Amino acid sequence: MPQISQFAESWYAASQIFWVLLTFGFVFFVIGRGMLPKIEATVDARDRKVADDLAAAKAAHAAADNLEESYRQQSDASRAAAQKAVTDAKDKAAKDAEKRLAKVDAELADKLSAAEADVNAARTSAMAEIESVAAEAAGDLVAKLSGVKVAAADAKAAVKAVLHG
Amino acid sequence: MADQGKVDPMHQFEVQKMFDMFHVGNHEVAFTTSAMWMVVAGLLLWVFMIGGMKRQLVPGRWQVAVEGFTGFISGMMNANIGPEGRKYTPYVFSLFMFILMLNVIGLMPLGLFGVHPFTVTSHFTITGFLAILSFSIVLIVGFWRHGLHFFSLFVPHGTPWWLLWLIPVIELVSFLVRPFSLALRLFVAMTAGHVLMKVFASFIIDGIAAGPAVGLGVGIPSMALMVGISGLELLVAGIQAYVFALLTSLYLNDAVNLH
Repeated sequence: MPQISQFAESWYAASQIFWVLLTFGFVFFVIGRGMLPKIEATVDARDRKVADDLAAAKAAHAAADNLEESYRQQSDASRAAAQKAVTDAKDKAAKDAEKRLAKVDAELADKLSAAEADVNAARTSAMAEIESVAAEAAGDLVAKLSGVKVAAADAKAAVKAVLHG
Repeated sequence: MADQGKVDPMHQFEVQKMFDMFHVGNHEVAFTTSAMWMVVAGLLLWVFMIGGMKRQLVPGRWQVAVEGFTGFISGMMNANIGPEGRKYTPYVFSLFMFILMLNVIGLMPLGLFGVHPFTVTSHFTITGFLAILSFSIVLIVGFWRHGLHFFSLFVPHGTPWWLLWLIPVIELVSFLVRPFSLALRLFVAMTAGHVLMKVFASFIIDGIAAGPAVGLGVGIPSMALMVGISGLELLVAGIQAYVFALLTSLYLNDAVNLH
């Protein structure tokens, strides 16, 4: 086994140790201490960036949710306001119409009672005229039939008695 | 030579001197094949990591691959040690990537291109160095953070008082065995896998040398097994690097959090 038998050669162990010290020293100081921390820093920076970006995305998502919520609330509120305005306007219009209707009703009722009064007056005056015409006609009839002149007051009383029962 | 067709499955583990460099005492330090592959592994790793340094917010494929590896190790440190584990991620990551790179390079069919492939982690001088390094860091961190209280590691929670003479001894032994198990596990896994592949390869060569009938009868099943074992060895290369890093992180957890 050369690994053991070569110890007999004076250069073997010294060369092996010298060169492993040199090359492993190079690997440790140049690669392990020099390059590895930089690579690890790159990886760490990337991990941090990813974590930060994820956090930012999460925050943006939450902000969007909030915005949507407030928008929804706002639109609800404005819808409610609009509905209230519509109901108010409707109420007011209905009240106005009622008021106007009442006024028109009152006017019509006035006109109706005035007209009724006129008609009544006209009827009474017409009745009075009918009485006098009937009394005259009755006086003429009696005179034509019997030749007796009836006094106007008698004829009137007789017509009144017939007309009014 | 009497056994010319014979393949020596251990020859692949031999470290060859490429050129001399300098002397430390009476030890000579040379540039070896093992050293070359360690340098190659370090440079390949460096090139691979440069691809991850673009630091884009939306990464390309290469950056994703690099970040996959770093994320794998830092996730493991986080799971095993907690937030304090981040401090030790550079060490465990270096360990994992270096071992993984050496294991995988050792498996590459570089012989096809005339290069002599060699698995650096099949030598316990290397795995032992890394294991002792990990163990030393555990000891330093443990005593630095907890002082002598670190010894309470040898008395697990819920130990009955009448076992206090035995449990700490067992715990101490299992603690002291850690660097050996860490080093030997990787070394043995790599060595065994490569020996296995070499042995099956030698079956094919020996079979062909024995004639066409034996060659086909032995060669085809051996080849099929080789394909499977190669895949398995790639898996082992990854698993052993992972186990080394995982155990180091678990031992570090003992040192950081005691229990």
